[in-house]
Amino acid sequence: MFQGRDIACDRGERRIFSNLDFRIMQGQALVLRGPNGCGKTTLLRTAATLLKVARGKLTWDGTDISEDPEEHRARLHFVGHLDAVKGALSVRENIAIWAKVRGSTEDRIEAAMAAFEILHLMDTPAQYLSAGQHRRTALARLVASPAALWLLDEPTVSLDADGTACLQRAIAAHRADGGMVMAATHIELGLDDVEFLQLKPQ
Amino acid sequence: MSMHYFANPARFTRLAGRIQPWAGGLAALLLLVGLYLALVEVPADYQQGDTVRIMFVHVPSAWMAMFCYMFLAGASAVGLIWKHPLADLAAKASAPIGAGFTFLALVTGSIWGKPMWGTWWVWDARLTSVLILFFLYLGYMALWQAIEDSQKAGKAAAVLALVGAVNVPIIKFSVDWWNTLHQPASVLRMDGPAIHSSMLWPLLIMALAFKAYFVALLLTRMRMELNLRRIRALRLAERTS
Amino acid sequence: MKSFRAIIARDLLLAVRQGGATFLALVFFLLTVTLFPLGIGPEPAVLARVAPGVLWVAALLAAMLSLDRLFQADFEDGSLEQLTLSGLPVGFIVLAKIITHWLTTGLPLLLAAPVLAVLLNMNDEGFAALLLTMLIGTPALSLIGAIGAALTLTVRRGGVLLSLLVLPLYIPVLIFGVSAIDAAVHGLNAKPHILLLAALTMAAIPLCPWAAAAAVKLSLE
Repeated sequence: MFQGRDIACDRGERRIFSNLDFRIMQGQALVLRGPNGCGKTTLLRTAATLLKVARGKLTWDGTDISEDPEEHRARLHFVGHLDAVKGALSVRENIAIWAKVRGSTEDRIEAAMAAFEILHLMDTPAQYLSAGQHRRTALARLVASPAALWLLDEPTVSLDADGTACLQRAIAAHRADGGMVMAATHIELGLDDVEFLQLKPQ
Repeated sequence: MSMHYFANPARFTRLAGRIQPWAGGLAALLLLVGLYLALVEVPADYQQGDTVRIMFVHVPSAWMAMFCYMFLAGASAVGLIWKHPLADLAAKASAPIGAGFTFLALVTGSIWGKPMWGTWWVWDARLTSVLILFFLYLGYMALWQAIEDSQKAGKAAAVLALVGAVNVPIIKFSVDWWNTLHQPASVLRMDGPAIHSSMLWPLLIMALAFKAYFVALLLTRMRMELNLRRIRALRLAERTS
Repeated sequence: MKSFRAIIARDLLLAVRQGGATFLALVFFLLTVTLFPLGIGPEPAVLARVAPGVLWVAALLAAMLSLDRLFQADFEDGSLEQLTLSGLPVGFIVLAKIITHWLTTGLPLLLAAPVLAVLLNMNDEGFAALLLTMLIGTPALSLIGAIGAALTLTVRRGGVLLSLLVLPLYIPVLIFGVSAIDAAVHGLNAKPHILLLAALTMAAIPLCPWAAAAAVKLSLE
């Protein structure tokens, strides 16, 4: 269980949100809602330990994540605005790199490319990809190595309908395995049984 | 009293306002006495003549150059470890003062060097170290300037200050090492250990005057910075509301 | 440990694919050294006298100029945040990148240095000391430089600032490196200088990645 209690976050000298509570159980998905600037990205980056909470506590099965941030990072995937895809490397190499850094296996790399329907692009250097294919390569990281918690910041940006469907299937499979998802998105992901967290601008 | 007692800006401003005139007055008084002793009372040196009087500005400046860097590093450590909000401010405010003293030490050293060595600049170990210290100050101030978010800038500058503080003794040692390799030991030292007692008192008084001046200037700069931040916060609140 | 190796393998692969950077550092090294005979005259004795200093200063500048690619590209495309989220302590990630930087910059400079020493008419006795000091000293350049590179990540056009931050910190490496070669050239004992240089690098190995990691984390906030 991933839980946040009475969280507040600052950017620069400004408070972005405060008194925020949320809870994600195994197999659950939490979708963040709210207008631009209300702190969806900030919350996701905080959940990924890239930002620190100004107040409150984030816990994993009751343990404060700041006690061992490395352990928390190892059990999460974060997909942000930047794709972390290298133009000089092929699609396969791009995915394999992150799978290896996270100690995953070869067969998962194939599975990841299959999940996002980019197997045919395997040996294409990423600099020749379209924006949507670029994004798919970034999202394939999610499948290429196992992680209990997926933090997705506008994951459908530049994806077409097929790409979005791939993502939906991947999320469904992840949840069926007991995985958790926390996503900020302004379009319907078409997921079943989703909880919403409404953020209000301060 | 907790570590964060003076973190309250209003409390700090009040306290600083009370100390500041005393520090300023003390600096002026000590400076007058010190300069009188140094320029009038102290006899001219039998070797160097009146040029020896430059020492009364040069040596305290060099001391202050080191002292300010230590202060800066100390404040940075407090800011990084205890996240004391005034510590970053103190570090930021002390840097230009330290750079000023360092510059003064360089200029007076150079002026003193002319009659002593017949040249404006000598790659003497002491002067070289002070010159490098000056570069460290410039780097520190440039980093503050370059990062827009003042909280991030404060933390980054604090990391740099601590790295610099670890390096200052290493640099000093390496420059001394280099100097002994390249210069014969017979070169006249700027301030050998033998300082006549008649010179010691004016020197100490000048050093104290510089310290008091540092305190007064530091408090002024910190209050100024606090006011600037308050204006920024007010503007931000105005724009977002 | 496996992740650590995977990061080094990744960075090396990228260095090979993107190429150029190592080559540029080497050409810069060569070009800077070439400027000195043109600037101070071709007398062999003069060149031999200044050779250790010129080689070290040029190597130091070449290493410094290649620092901006240590983190910058990964920072801009999001790879750096993915790396910090890999579960490996950030200090180790930084260390892995420092090792790659040395392999792609320090090591090539070390290998090119003897050739340039010949051009500068350096005394035969100095070659062993030159190689040894470069071998011990160039890792320190990558280690110390990483701090500057990490601190200037969020700064636009941080290159000039980077040199202002890093060059003063390079001075001890320069002094011990050059004095060791000078000692060897003059038939004196180079050991104390080399030991001091080694001490410097040893001290930098645990301290610099730690400080650079703090700066990297800051830049991602």
